[in-house]
Amino acid sequence: MSSTPTTPQTPETGTARVKRGMAEQLKGGVIMDVVTPEEAKIAEDAGAVAVMALERVPADIRKDGGVARMSDPDMIDGIINAVSIPVMAKSRIGHFVEAQVLQSLGVDYIDESEVLTPADEVNHSDKWAFTTPFVCGATNLGEALRRIAEGAAMIRSKGEAGTGNVVEAVRHLRQIKGEIAKLRGCDHNELFAAAKELRAPYELVKEVAELGKLPVVLFSAGGVATPADAALMRQLGAEGVFVGSGIFKSGDPAKRAAAIVKATTFYDDPKVIADVSRNLGEAMVGINCDTLPEAERYANRGW
Amino acid sequence: MSTTPTIGVLALQGDVREHLTALADAGARALPVRRPEELAGVDGLVIPGGESTTMSKLAVAFGMLEPLRAFVRAGRPVYGTCAGMIMVADKLLDAREDQETLGGIDMIVRRNAFGRQNESFEAAVEVAGIDGGPVEGVFIRAPWVESVGASVDVLATYGGHTVAVRQDNVLATSFHPELTGDHRIHAFFVDMVRSGA
Repeated sequence: MSSTPTTPQTPETGTARVKRGMAEQLKGGVIMDVVTPEEAKIAEDAGAVAVMALERVPADIRKDGGVARMSDPDMIDGIINAVSIPVMAKSRIGHFVEAQVLQSLGVDYIDESEVLTPADEVNHSDKWAFTTPFVCGATNLGEALRRIAEGAAMIRSKGEAGTGNVVEAVRHLRQIKGEIAKLRGCDHNELFAAAKELRAPYELVKEVAELGKLPVVLFSAGGVATPADAALMRQLGAEGVFVGSGIFKSGDPAKRAAAIVKATTFYDDPKVIADVSRNLGEAMVGINCDTLPEAERYANRGW
Repeated sequence: MSTTPTIGVLALQGDVREHLTALADAGARALPVRRPEELAGVDGLVIPGGESTTMSKLAVAFGMLEPLRAFVRAGRPVYGTCAGMIMVADKLLDAREDQETLGGIDMIVRRNAFGRQNESFEAAVEVAGIDGGPVEGVFIRAPWVESVGASVDVLATYGGHTVAVRQDNVLATSFHPELTGDHRIHAFFVDMVRSGA
């Protein structure tokens, strides 16, 4: 670690190390979108490392339209009581009051998410102001570093949620990893211009150039529908995956969820991926991302 | 035993990379272990932090549970942090009824005993056998040890709760030394492997 913070004599909560460290514990795992306590139980039974509570899965948000918001607190309480694994929940971008509510409910992570309808088209929430850690989406390195500068303790590449199409997830993860590799090749004179180009704080750009990775855990999200999709994202460098509509919009959610968990652990073993991919029933019906109108691209939300 | 023991890190899920780094820093040859044949090639094993229910399910699904139990029974050195502490407990509280553990330490461990993420904390912890002052204790949704049998040594307590224990060749901490730059506990474990295996 580049700088070792001094350990406080009295217990201190909400430190960067405790927030980022929580995400380190999720690595190699699958975080599943759930809308009810019953779905949360199925996810836990399948081996999810955490569940993500939201009002509707992205595929239904696409279908039904309207404003997508934080879940009903009663539903979140129900999910927290139903499982022993960590519970995450989504707030709208810039809606820091939804985030305050989620913190008061005791969720373990808040996802300030482009999948919900943004509440502020200029500002994201100040995530340093919270004890509960945040995960945020990013389509490129500059966006990831701006979120980290605002206090995000975990990043997920955005992909295009609710499509069942992995193409955007691949694009965004490759973009982030490619830009990190490029920074690795910069000499120290070039880092100032790189920071300007990335529209990110110089200190964070320098840290990424030295580490060769983000200073926080990087997961992948948005379009994973099969065990092979999850393994693909892991082989491309994601430290774990979020699966949204891909599980509960498929024919046999319990079986598919367990298969995706196994493929995420043995992501580099095609034989295991083949075995777990057998007879999973119907995958969710996908959407071709190039037919999606600009306004329906969630990845464009957030800046 | 050579002076550079080979130590595996159970890599089904969790903060594997941090343990690999800490072990290498402490003088071991460290490698990830996901399969029985990989387990057969190591002198000692670290069970990392992570989600213990996930780890236990994957261990069952991929035929690792019995080889891991046999490894512990054979007296090979094992060190568990957080979820790893849960895995080496003989008994659990606040866990799913179907959650399998390896056992190895005669203790009852309460999952998430220190609370949820908002209650996760850092504090200095004195650990018996670790010289040079307290270690940096990072507690994340951490378990504590509710009670121990007569043959278990309590190495550290925090707020009146047991947070580090050892029984023979099995070591466990509620907290995560792998998330700090302080690798004294890993060095202590590497010494256990050198002398014990």
